[in-house]
Formats: sequence, C-alpha cells, structure tokens
Amino acid sequence: MRIAIVDDSGLRATVLEDGLREAGYDDIHVVPPHGAFVAKLERMAPDVVLMDLGSPSRDTLEEMLAVSRALARPIAMFVDQSDDTMIGAAIDAGVSAYVVDGLRKERVKPILDLAIRRFNAFAKMQADLDEARTALADRKTIDRAKAILMKTRGLDEPAAYTLLRSTAMNQGRRIVDVAEALITASSLLGGSE
Amino acid sequence: MTPISIAFLPLTDSAVLIAAREKGFAEEAGIALDLVRTTSWATARDRLVYGQVQAAHMLAPLAIAVTLGLSQHPAALAAPFKLNVNGNALAMASDFAAALDPDPVRRLADPIAAAHDFAGAIGLHRRKPVIGIVHRFSCHALMLRYWLATAGVDADRDVTLRVLPPSLMVEAMRAGEIDGFIAGEPWGSVAVAEGLGEIVAAGSRIWQRGVEKVLAFRADWIEAQAETIDRLLPALARAAIWCDDPANHAELAELLERPGYVGRPAAELMPALTGQMVLRHGEPPVTVPDFMLFQREAANFPWRSQALWIYSQLVRWNMAEADEDNERRAADVFRSDIYRRALAGSGLPMPGASMKVEGALSTPTAVGAHEGALTLGPDRFFDGRAFDPQDVTGYLKGLAAIPPD
Repeated sequence: MRIAIVDDSGLRATVLEDGLREAGYDDIHVVPPHGAFVAKLERMAPDVVLMDLGSPSRDTLEEMLAVSRALARPIAMFVDQSDDTMIGAAIDAGVSAYVVDGLRKERVKPILDLAIRRFNAFAKMQADLDEARTALADRKTIDRAKAILMKTRGLDEPAAYTLLRSTAMNQGRRIVDVAEALITASSLLGGSE
Repeated sequence: MTPISIAFLPLTDSAVLIAAREKGFAEEAGIALDLVRTTSWATARDRLVYGQVQAAHMLAPLAIAVTLGLSQHPAALAAPFKLNVNGNALAMASDFAAALDPDPVRRLADPIAAAHDFAGAIGLHRRKPVIGIVHRFSCHALMLRYWLATAGVDADRDVTLRVLPPSLMVEAMRAGEIDGFIAGEPWGSVAVAEGLGEIVAAGSRIWQRGVEKVLAFRADWIEAQAETIDRLLPALARAAIWCDDPANHAELAELLERPGYVGRPAAELMPALTGQMVLRHGEPPVTVPDFMLFQREAANFPWRSQALWIYSQLVRWNMAEADEDNERRAADVFRSDIYRRALAGSGLPMPGASMKVEGALSTPTAVGAHEGALTLGPDRFFDGRAFDPQDVTGYLKGLAAIPPD
C-alpha cells in the first residue's frame, strides 16, 4: 500500500513516517506542498494521502482529487464519514486523510489511527520543546540579573542569586520576573550590565 | 455569555466578524465570540461540518456545494446572513497585463472589451495562461468563468485554473506559477503593491451586486439554537453598519492589520474598504464605486434568488446535476426566514420579498420593505442579462446561446 505524506515540516513528516514504517508499511513518500507537488502526487498514485489539517495546500489537493483522472475519484477525507469519533480525533490531532477509491476501509483505519497518535505525539514534542526553550531563556535572564547585582553590589554569585530569590519570595513573584524588572531598571538608569 | 466559535480566513471580508468581536457588538448581545483563523476553505468547512466551530465565514457557493454533496460528503448547511457584497479583484501578472488595453481604468470600466482583449492575449501567450482561483466552488471562479465565456473563452479548455488559498496567490505569482488570480481583497492590492501584477477586473463591475461570503451554520444546529441566533445576527448587523461607515475605515483597517486577523499592513486593506483601488503600481488610485458593501441596501439579506443564481452556474459548468430537488435544496441554503425572524424589530429595513430578478436594476431603486425604507443599488450583470429565479432553465438556455466570439 502506497502512502503519501504531504507536509512541509520535515520533523512532523519524519515522526509520522517512522511510525508507519514500524507498523509495517514501507511504501511511504513525503511530498512537500510546494510548486508542482500535485503533479508529483499524480505520478506517484498513492492509495492514501495524509496531510496536516492546517496546511494551506489542502484546497489544492482537494481540487486535484476532484478532477484527477490519474487518481480516480477520492472516497473522501477521513475515510469513513459516519465515524464521528474518528473524525473528531483526526481534527483534534490536526491530521486529514484522503483515500483514493477502491481501498477498503478496514485497511485504512489502522493507518489513520496511527497517524492520529503520531500527530499527537508530535504536538507534545513541540510543546516540550517550547517549554525547554522558555526554561533556557529564563535562565539567561536570571544570569544577566545576577551579573548586574554582582557588579553593582559587589556580591558573589551565590549571594546574588539568594538576593534575587528572597526578593521574589517576599514579593510573591517569580524569580525570572524580578530578574527582568531588575534588567529593565538597570538599563533605564544607564547601568551597563 | 454564550460562547460561539467562528472559523474565518484572512480576508478583508471577514471584517464584520472581527468588528463584532473587537468593537464589543457580540459582547453586548451576551455572546463570547471566538474567531478561529484558518488558511484553507477545506479546513474552515471541516471545522464547521464536524462541529469544532458553530459557524464559518464561507464562500457562498461552497455552502451550497457542501449541502448538495458535490465532491464531498453532503452536510446540510444554512446561511442566514451574508457577510458582504462584492469585494473580489482579478489581478494579472504585469507581462500578461501588457497584452491587454494599456489603460487600466478602461479595462476595469468595460468588462466586455476586457474579456475580448483577454481572449486575444491568450493567443499571444506562449502557453495556456494559469489563473489562480480560491476554490472551485467560489463566486470568484463562477464570475471568472462567466466573464471569460462572454468572449468565447472556455475556462476548462483555454486556460488552466489552479486552486490556491488566497493568502498564497501573491507568492505563487512571484514564483511564476500563475499568470493571474481572482481573489478577495487584500490579495489583488498586495500583488499591485509589490509590483507583481495589475488589477484588470473587479467583481463589482462583473456583477454590480455580487453575492460573496456568507456566515454558514449546520442546519440542525441553527434550528436548535434559535435564541442564540436571534442575539447573534442583530449584533453582526450592528457590526456591519459600523464597518460600512467611512468614518470607521481607518480603525477597521488597523483591526484587520493585526497578525491574528488578516495580518497585512492597513495601507493594503484600505483600498477595498474605501473603493479607492490602485490598479497599477505607482499610479494614483481609481474610484471603484461599491467595491465592497457590508450592510447598506440590506447587504446582509440572503436573497434566495442569489442562491439559485449560484445553483444555475454550478449546473452551467457541469458541477451539479440539473434537477428540481437540487434546485430546491440550493435555494434553501439561504435562510431569509431566519434573517427575518432574528432582525425583526431591529429597525433595519427588511425586504418584502425573498427573491428578486437579479440583474434587473440599472439605477438605485426603492423596493417594498416591511420595516423602514429600502433602496437597492444597481445590480446589473456586465452583459446586461437578467436572472429570473422562476425560470432557471430558460436562463441557462439563454446563456448557452452566447455566441462563441
């Protein structure tokens, strides 16, 4: 069974492709939705097309499925229109599937199930990554604030951190907020960090 | 507060929804409006059909196509409120536009001559011109097909129509993937501002009161939520009045400019709002009257005759089967009954009829109204033909008789 993944986020497509391979599918093609991707898909003649629901190229792909002779007529998106739970899950996960006619539902459902799980996993990965980035940014802010305190108050590093932490505790604020306020104030006062 | 989510696309004609939220009209009506930005019409449609949002900013023909089950699983939709009238522009890449009448103002003013010039330019082009449309079931595509047919150009044979979301048109033109596109504003103006193309036709000159975006709901949901609808529609009507007022255009453009909405500079949004269109980069703007209407002339009223005009075009271009059941179901998508109920007592003029002969008015005309005085603007098609909703078959026969050049 030939599966095409239309996606321009390399990472997301990889997450999905890996999962499909582990599940025993090996005829998988990733097609970025740019330029002549529709012609490329037509030559590839996949049985199933998976795509990110938010992709602007969905309209283009649907148009192709509506007029394409090479691909025959599509059944429709989301495989079985009567399965509301699956459709809901697919929309929530951000995956949309187009199935080319002649493919039995039983063979497609596991692909879509897997795609939903992988898309969800990707979303979680993305969220974790964002969190890690924020944590890193916070640490940099605190380091800058510490440097200001060390320089202006002649403190060593542990003492500067203790001062930041106790100030935050006394004011019921996050350390990073106190650090940010300190950096702003220092720059307003013309201090060099 | 009643929460309502509405999916929309980044277009100037999403203005009424954005004003309803940002200027507090929805809140005053006890509605917490959540606007969900989407990039493609397919996504807006799916979010609506599968209940992730309660309503969607939608191409009027798409609402009808979904209801008739064209190219997709059928789902009964209901459109009780039009979000705007007119607002599209056809932009052609500068090299192609150069083969048309050199005066952009003349092109716009005389769509019949422009269509013939276009037909001639196809012959000069080294290959079939590729024109971007936003969806096969869009008013833009239907108007483009109609306009081309007048000059004997068959849109399925003589040009290549390529579907792209409106926000990607300018990039596709820059990359040379399309020679032109017809889309809602601001995208035509963006192509001009970036010096890539020229606006060669305006929707308002092809059909002076063309139907454009509707607010679409699922038919079963709208029946079950009468009380909410009766609060939402008057709030939207107030927002539409605000959007139509020239005094608010600068503020409206600033709202639309925000990244969560249209996300383009206000300067590119103002032309459609004010009807001051720059047709060619570097030239002074040209006044295009009625380029886009939000509320005046009962612009929000869903004339069932307009749904039938769309149906007639779907049949004309072999996208829908001509049969009585399809005709009735298409007309029923436009819910003038719900509009009447929800806006009764609002003081807004209410048309006395739900159908009219489209294209029959050449001057502003006072018409029968239940409340207030209602004057309708000229609504002619560029070729002077009128559409009688009582005789769709006769109308189609007349169109088929257009001589192929």
